[in-house]
Amino acid sequence: MRIKLLGVAAGIAAAAVIAVSAPSGAAAKTFVFCSEGSPGGFNPSLHSAGTDFDASAQTIYNRLGEFEPGTTKVVPGLAESWTASADGLTYTFNLRKGVKWHSNKHFTPTRDFNADDVLFSFNRQWKEDHPYNAVSGGKYLYFGWMDMGTALKSIEKVDDYTVKMTLNSPDAPFVSNLAMDFASIMSAEYADKMASAGTKEVVDTDPIGTGPFEFVSYKKDAFIRYKAFDQYWEGRPKIDKLVFAITVDASVRYQKLKAGECHVMPYPNPADLEAMSKDPEINLLSQEGLNVGYLGFNAEKAPFDDVRVRQALSMAINKQAILDVVFKGAGSAAKNPIPPTMWSYNDDVVDYPYDPAAAKALLSEAGVNGLKTNIWAMPVQRPYNPNARRMAELIQADWAKIGVDADIVSYEWGEYRERIRAGEHDTALLGWTGDNGDPDNFMFVLLGCEAAKANVARWCNTRFDGLLRAAKKTSDQAERTELYKQAQVVFKREAPWFTVAHSVQFRPVRKEVVGFKIHPLGSHIFKYVDLK
Amino acid sequence: MFSFLLNRLAVLAPVFFGVTLLSFGFIRILPGDPVLALSGERSMTPEQHASLLAKLGLDKPLWEQYLNYIGDILQGDFGTSVLTNRPVLDEFLELFPATVELATCAMIFAIVIGLPAGIFAAVKRRTFFDQGIMGISLVGYSMPIFWWGLLLIILFSSILGLTPVSGRLSFMFDVEPVTGFLLIDTLLSDEKGSFASALHHLVLPSIVLGTIPLAIIARQTRSAMLEVLSEDYVRTARAKGLAPIRVYGLHALRNAMITVVTVIGLQVGVLLAGAILTETIFSWPGIGKWIIFSVFSRDYFAVQGGLVLIALCIMSVNLLVDLTYGLINPRILHTR
Repeated sequence: MRIKLLGVAAGIAAAAVIAVSAPSGAAAKTFVFCSEGSPGGFNPSLHSAGTDFDASAQTIYNRLGEFEPGTTKVVPGLAESWTASADGLTYTFNLRKGVKWHSNKHFTPTRDFNADDVLFSFNRQWKEDHPYNAVSGGKYLYFGWMDMGTALKSIEKVDDYTVKMTLNSPDAPFVSNLAMDFASIMSAEYADKMASAGTKEVVDTDPIGTGPFEFVSYKKDAFIRYKAFDQYWEGRPKIDKLVFAITVDASVRYQKLKAGECHVMPYPNPADLEAMSKDPEINLLSQEGLNVGYLGFNAEKAPFDDVRVRQALSMAINKQAILDVVFKGAGSAAKNPIPPTMWSYNDDVVDYPYDPAAAKALLSEAGVNGLKTNIWAMPVQRPYNPNARRMAELIQADWAKIGVDADIVSYEWGEYRERIRAGEHDTALLGWTGDNGDPDNFMFVLLGCEAAKANVARWCNTRFDGLLRAAKKTSDQAERTELYKQAQVVFKREAPWFTVAHSVQFRPVRKEVVGFKIHPLGSHIFKYVDLK
Repeated sequence: MFSFLLNRLAVLAPVFFGVTLLSFGFIRILPGDPVLALSGERSMTPEQHASLLAKLGLDKPLWEQYLNYIGDILQGDFGTSVLTNRPVLDEFLELFPATVELATCAMIFAIVIGLPAGIFAAVKRRTFFDQGIMGISLVGYSMPIFWWGLLLIILFSSILGLTPVSGRLSFMFDVEPVTGFLLIDTLLSDEKGSFASALHHLVLPSIVLGTIPLAIIARQTRSAMLEVLSEDYVRTARAKGLAPIRVYGLHALRNAMITVVTVIGLQVGVLLAGAILTETIFSWPGIGKWIIFSVFSRDYFAVQGGLVLIALCIMSVNLLVDLTYGLINPRILHTR
């Protein structure tokens, strides 16, 4: 017994010695990203969280159109160009030639990317009788969320390098939808081969794409490995290997970044930001996120159906105090429902001033005295609201000053949204992070009359809705910009929301990293990065 | 012996069904469901919501879901994860070796330090050493694991640069998984230095996970030793002039070990519970981290299947402890 114990002790001692001499850090041209969690899988149409998209859509796959890095402008991807018909109903895509597919132990491609792949990728999600529709659980959440099934009338192959998509009604944001991760293009040839081998699921677990990195291996909760794809159509990436080191805790991610165990980390702890900005080894990149946090008034309930009450309650809230206390400087005041980085943002709109006296006067003008109400606060931290509970407390205190007595209400996150959808709230905190950079994706989705299911304010204004519908029908960007600008004026006057803030997203990056940009939609893109 | 085993198994059967019922009920009591957890800010119409739930088989009445679940388990099917669409058993088996490896190292650490510390405290009873060791073990026992882990990372990894921050292996190495136990797999692979890297990554998490069992073992060893040291045969051994090392090592420790071994066996549950936090801090790809994530995402099938698998492991270990205990002390086989 004693001898055994001694042996074990010696082993531990040896480990301690090795601890001092063991190698750490990554080899040259191996780029390590300390990602925040394990992906659900490697098919971005089935797995729809940001973590899933980083691990699949942004590394392995491409789409017909791509978002230009650092912006939400849609630029050609697997489609070299596209044209819309005059009535806005038909889009014709000219596909890129000579795009190569990855290969793996199951599959070696015999042909380049072509129209069959586009049809396979969309029909799988769209048609319930498609042989691949039910494979791997068959839950195509984003395809449904973006109402693609309703928008699409047909997808046709004109020839090997031309695809025609017809819509049921004009929908200008449609092209932006096609640049989204869920619309990634997968190999039809691979799918056919796996179908005949009787292993359809392999298409989703051992991904084959046209993207900058080939999938190598994945160990759940540990790492994902990729290697640069030599024949990538935009040119081979400058790094040779890409590793996602899955690190759930934000503080630990920061320690790994400091120790040089990874090069970039997402979602830092707000408490660590100051230390990061002073760290000589780290560049703290920041950019305003494509998001908005707001307090929605339930316009179906009295007295919130009276615009004067909504305006008065908006004037009673000290927005600057919220920015200082809740966002601690990592947010900018919001006055419109869309963030300032988005095209068509109307900077001429004037926000309601913080004026408790005027608020009180307006409230009595509306005949509202001794109002008792509630403020719903989300139970979770979200990109647009780091602490909803604290925010609700500040609003509660501000409203108390004008004689409004508000209770703070909270539920579990899923139940919270369900009850809001059912309209149980008086006022509720919520927010939104954009999907595709189109103003329609904020205003129509969150405030349109048809979108009542997602409309926290349960507010339907025919003038506002008419402007949004007109903007859907034309693909002329200048015309759309003008319509959205007018819509923002109507929105501010009607005050269905108290717009709180647009939060800033931070990405600490080690000094030796070049070519990494924060993406407004939150994706992490490594095809252009390099190490000094 | 055989009847003893049958006896124990008969007791375990209702425990097993209790566990299936609890694991099934527990995750469903929590508000929310897997579909809501997936949808973020997006609202769904009740129809969309219902159709997605139906795809998962969650539209059926609870009793039917439970019967299906039990029926599947008895056939060795622990369900399919909502998030990854993979069989829960596959996910469990992929992650379990990492937890076992970590727990084993933590246990070795706890025994190697805790046992001698307890003996020493007992021998030096009521001295400065005794009070010091017991004081430290009380602190260790009350240590919040999360805080302790971060503290060690900041000190040893960030400030001193002695240990890696987290993970199981440096990314310089790409070791083919054979057994899932990296200490073995790295020895089997031809990647030079990978074994050292694996061992190196185990140091901090083993210390963190082993701290509480270490404190318990030290305290139990001390009290068991004190009890034995006051026995007549120890006095006799002393009186006949045996060297102290023989008195303590041969006569006292052997008898004290019966209690200590039992306590060590009971630490399996403590280790698995501690693994949840330790694995989260050190990004250790084990079952603790997996279960927590599954609870947050309301992955019903992963949670209920995972919990039953963990319970099966704990039950097997306890059965094993009972059996070895019976072998050490044959009286037990007959008294039950």
